[in-house]
Amino acid sequence: MIEPNRQGEVWVFAEQEDATLNDVSLELCAKARELADTLGVKVGAALPGWNVRELSYRLIAHGVDRVYCVQDARLEQYRTLPYARALCALIARHRPQILLFGATALGRDLAPRVASEMRAGLTADCTDLQIGDYTDPRTKIRHEKLLLQVRPAFGGNIIATIINYDRWPQMATVREGVMALRDGDPRRGGEIIEEAVPLSEAELAVRVIERHREARKVNLKAARIIVAGGGGVGSRENFALIHELASAIGGAVGASRAAVDAGFIGKEHQIGQTGTTVRPALYIACGISGQVQHRAGMEESAKIIAINRDREAPIFGVAHYGIVGDLRQVIPMMIRAIRERAR
Amino acid sequence: MGYDCIVCVKQVPDTANITGEAMKEDGTVNRAALPAIFNPEDLNALEAALEIRDRYGGTVTAVCMGPPAASEVLRACLYRGADRVILLTDRRAAASDTLATSYILSRAIRTLGRFDFVFCGRQAIDGDTAQVGPQLAEKLGIPQVTYFESLVDLSGRSARLRRNVGNGWEVLETPLPVLVTVLESANTPRPAGARRVMRYKRARSPAEVIAAVKAEMPEASEETCEREVGRRVEHLRMAGLLIDQWDLDDIQADLAWCGLAGSPTKVYRVQSIVLKKEGYTEIPPTEEGVRRLIHELIVDHTLG
Repeated sequence: MIEPNRQGEVWVFAEQEDATLNDVSLELCAKARELADTLGVKVGAALPGWNVRELSYRLIAHGVDRVYCVQDARLEQYRTLPYARALCALIARHRPQILLFGATALGRDLAPRVASEMRAGLTADCTDLQIGDYTDPRTKIRHEKLLLQVRPAFGGNIIATIINYDRWPQMATVREGVMALRDGDPRRGGEIIEEAVPLSEAELAVRVIERHREARKVNLKAARIIVAGGGGVGSRENFALIHELASAIGGAVGASRAAVDAGFIGKEHQIGQTGTTVRPALYIACGISGQVQHRAGMEESAKIIAINRDREAPIFGVAHYGIVGDLRQVIPMMIRAIRERAR
Repeated sequence: MGYDCIVCVKQVPDTANITGEAMKEDGTVNRAALPAIFNPEDLNALEAALEIRDRYGGTVTAVCMGPPAASEVLRACLYRGADRVILLTDRRAAASDTLATSYILSRAIRTLGRFDFVFCGRQAIDGDTAQVGPQLAEKLGIPQVTYFESLVDLSGRSARLRRNVGNGWEVLETPLPVLVTVLESANTPRPAGARRVMRYKRARSPAEVIAAVKAEMPEASEETCEREVGRRVEHLRMAGLLIDQWDLDDIQADLAWCGLAGSPTKVYRVQSIVLKKEGYTEIPPTEEGVRRLIHELIVDHTLG
């Protein structure tokens, strides 16, 4: 645990695998820049790994001032304990005031381990971060410029704002895709600091025996247009309509949990609290009732079209355009209209 | 030989099936209106422990931190085959965040003594943080294997576990003891065994006995109540139906680490989600209506 350190930097854990940075880390760099500018401090990135120095330049381009690079052959593949040791050592040395992780499988494995050792507070799956003041209603003590950590809770039915004023760093994991990914500026300058962290036998006791990675076939986050189907599509056969509309309009195919659970389509297409969070230019929700868990993953879309037979479906509450009707008739109409325009 | 497994289980409100009645007038969640259920992935954690015991021998002990009503999930553990269950209940533990919770659980586990595995569900559906598992591992000073999907090999003091990391999987070899967080896809939890239900349906924790006596004898003096509670608890103990109950003193917990005092995260504000009632443009489900919509999207550069 470290005491609140007002001069502390805003840090991002730079997540990489096979020496490739995860996009969420770059999203966080931009957010960290914004927070650090509000606080008047620098942005740091903690980069443990092996042969990863090159990645520092991308981090700097995305807003980082100082990259703390811990290079060690034993950090080549991610393992919880040595990575946690590297981070805890860096925190103890440099005392950042904020430390952000992507809420990825890796980030959600690592961040709580680090927070527990530092005895610091950690908020999971944030969808927004701000700087603000807080007055304790009991003690009347005013805490200035705290990290306000906003996250959905209770199955997505409430939005909670969490703070952490006495045990720093203020730590949070942030959902992938909720912070915008901006273009980096390759002319930005920054410092790369090589750090060494001793690792003990016990920390290296867990070994990776076998490892298998699949390239992500569906890139929902990058899609400008998403056509998504829900339980109301009715069958796997009808789901072909969703694919057809997506292909006609040049979009990616998404799905609600109901459609995935019913076996209409694979889980990698799932949008919502337990799937991917998206914010495309256009989101077409077909036969999706719009449970809060689904809305949490798409309501930031610039334009939303909802097609549903049920006028009372909650999806219409977040839609810009609503079509109350049978999707088996409406979707072919849309495909025809798009093809007409293309001619 | 065999392996001693501890499973951490939690009783949670069923957030997956929230209906209108579960939301209060002011838009906040009415916990009382939600059915309390066994946290789904904790059932997978229990199953993982039972499978190890059934195959290699050993014991399964379930630990649940919560109010007296959480005894219900411990009975569910007994129905499925747990050897021992412990209710960890103390008002001073209320308002614990994940760090304080993991500290309290670590004290309970140290009080139990020897163990080879600690199993937890990956996450609880009321908070979805997935933090208690890794934090508990850190407090116990043992390795963690998150997102467990299957046991590849177990021999002597070492285990090979396969974990699912979303975009792939890996097999880790870890020394014991280890903490494992279990995914829903790891297994199919066994149903309650009919004979075990018959045997354990009357199992009670002391806190439940106290509540029952107070409800049945509202007029009785404190002394009478106490005597009646003592009698019933002794009766349950003799019958092997007493659910062990510990408070923070029993596990020698440092109160500075528990409850609100031990929780670095504080709630600043809670807002219920209110649908944006701005309204939408209704498009008639006709060729003409749809054509106009597509035209509008092209004009405002959403398309093309």
